[in-house]
Amino acid sequence: MAVQSDVQVASAAGAAALTRRSRARKRNGLAAYLFLAPYLVLFLGFIAAPAIFGIWISLHDYDFALFYKPWVGLANYTSLFTPGSRDFGNFWQAMKATGIFTLFSVPCLVVVPLLIALLLNRKFPGRTFFRAVFFLPYVLGVAVIGLLFRYMLDPNVGVVNYFLGANIPWTTDLPWVWVSLVGMTVWWTLGFNALIYLAGLTDISPELYEAADMDGANRWQQFANVTLPGLRQVMVFVVTTTILASANMFGQYFILTKGAPGTATRTIIGYIADEGLRSFRMGAAAAMSYVFAIVLLLVSLVNFKVFNRGDAS
Amino acid sequence: MGKLLFGLTLGILTLVFLGPLLWMFLTSFKTAEGATSIPPVWIPNPATTAGYAPLANTSSETPVIRWFINSLLAGAANAVLVTATAALAAYALARLDFPGKKFMFGMIISTLFIPSFLFLIPNYIIINSLGWLDTLWAVIVPSAGGAFGVFFLRQFFLSLPAELEEAAAIDGANLWSTFFRVVLPLSKPGLATLLVLSFLTNYNDFLWPVFVLFSPGNLTLPAGLSILQGAFTINYPVVMAGAVIASVPAIILFVVAQRSIVEGVSRSGLKG
Repeated sequence: MAVQSDVQVASAAGAAALTRRSRARKRNGLAAYLFLAPYLVLFLGFIAAPAIFGIWISLHDYDFALFYKPWVGLANYTSLFTPGSRDFGNFWQAMKATGIFTLFSVPCLVVVPLLIALLLNRKFPGRTFFRAVFFLPYVLGVAVIGLLFRYMLDPNVGVVNYFLGANIPWTTDLPWVWVSLVGMTVWWTLGFNALIYLAGLTDISPELYEAADMDGANRWQQFANVTLPGLRQVMVFVVTTTILASANMFGQYFILTKGAPGTATRTIIGYIADEGLRSFRMGAAAAMSYVFAIVLLLVSLVNFKVFNRGDAS
Repeated sequence: MGKLLFGLTLGILTLVFLGPLLWMFLTSFKTAEGATSIPPVWIPNPATTAGYAPLANTSSETPVIRWFINSLLAGAANAVLVTATAALAAYALARLDFPGKKFMFGMIISTLFIPSFLFLIPNYIIINSLGWLDTLWAVIVPSAGGAFGVFFLRQFFLSLPAELEEAAAIDGANLWSTFFRVVLPLSKPGLATLLVLSFLTNYNDFLWPVFVLFSPGNLTLPAGLSILQGAFTINYPVVMAGAVIASVPAIILFVVAQRSIVEGVSRSGLKG
């Protein structure tokens, strides 16, 4: 709108004003690029360039320390889909591990934080304090949380087994490793989603609840007909970011289970890092990153489709 | 829900969230035997700082005190770099008019949706060719290319009234002094939020430092803690002391800047 009225003013004021203005705009343009320059150097160097360079790497048998980096075409990609190839078994095992983790952690991280946000949305003394308490684990890093849980989940001396009076191999055996990894992640990151829900809840107009009250809606009906529809946008955001965060899981398994049993809990990020940055099979690892990125893109598209279909009905 | 039930739920939840953190803190003051006693005891008896002693030894394989300093340095440097470069760029994108603006904004914002693991392998090679492998530069600089800060501050600048800047321009102030004397002072809350969020993200980052840093003296805390665990496998007070040291700056920052963090997180959620 501002631009439009600028143009009108300029045309009314005549040619002299117009040249003055366009000269000012050119100066402005140079200044704008000077303002942008420092960030653009970082952006081009560490975001734009690597995004494209990665494709180049994935088309080679690429070890950064070796001079000879032979071109292999799409071989790094096709081998991921060829049973019996070097990466096939491990890659799909890691995909499966990532899938299992995502499948179990996302529902917990969508539902539990919502319940906590509903609890915190009531008016009571000390609300800010409790909000801080639930968010506190999230400001700590995965390394801290991982060490703490490894101690608490120690099969012999851990407090968890002591309180349960059990002898469960939380960090070494299936299916317990998944319970540990999902439980720890939910405890650690639930505060983040709860905060986002809470912001969404405060944005729902109180008049809607008053209207529902007058229509004689009970608490549950209010939740189903006012709260949930009001949280739609927020819910899409929470589901999408939680799926992406879970699919990117790395630190939790790296510290808590180290992949155990065997490599059953090693996620796809773990496998990419192991192959690319430990064995320096960078071409193969880069190819895996692109394949996984495309899988995530498809998952996101399905996710949006599902939410939009709900919108239409 | 009845008042009693509500209070009880809050109480149990608080215990679930604070209990483990308290357990970590108390364990760091126990003896190795005290930390593994069955039944477990909450209060260290005898209380000792022996768990903290090996952490101060800078010539060992686990110089936690060095990692602590490295982490604070890297976090602070990264936060300043992110905020300074993002503020300049965001101002150009929010207020200035220049050819290619739409394209540039679209290009920067679209990278917000690229998952960060795509950069892992190529950035490792780029860092290596810059000679930054196993140096703090590797954890300070690359993540400042991310688009979040630019996006966040652009939104903030757009929410400021443009009249003040126009008034400054009429008074003859050039762009630079308008930006410095008018826009930045008005944007203190936004700048503070970005500083704090960038510091915390960098301070807690795990995947990248684990692979790009390897000399014992060059690690950041998160990368170091996973080594500490291997070096003191069953000596839990030492491991928990390391975890406590890593937690302290993050918790202090959270207590001091709770409003910024909460607002920043809530806003990034709604606008994202």
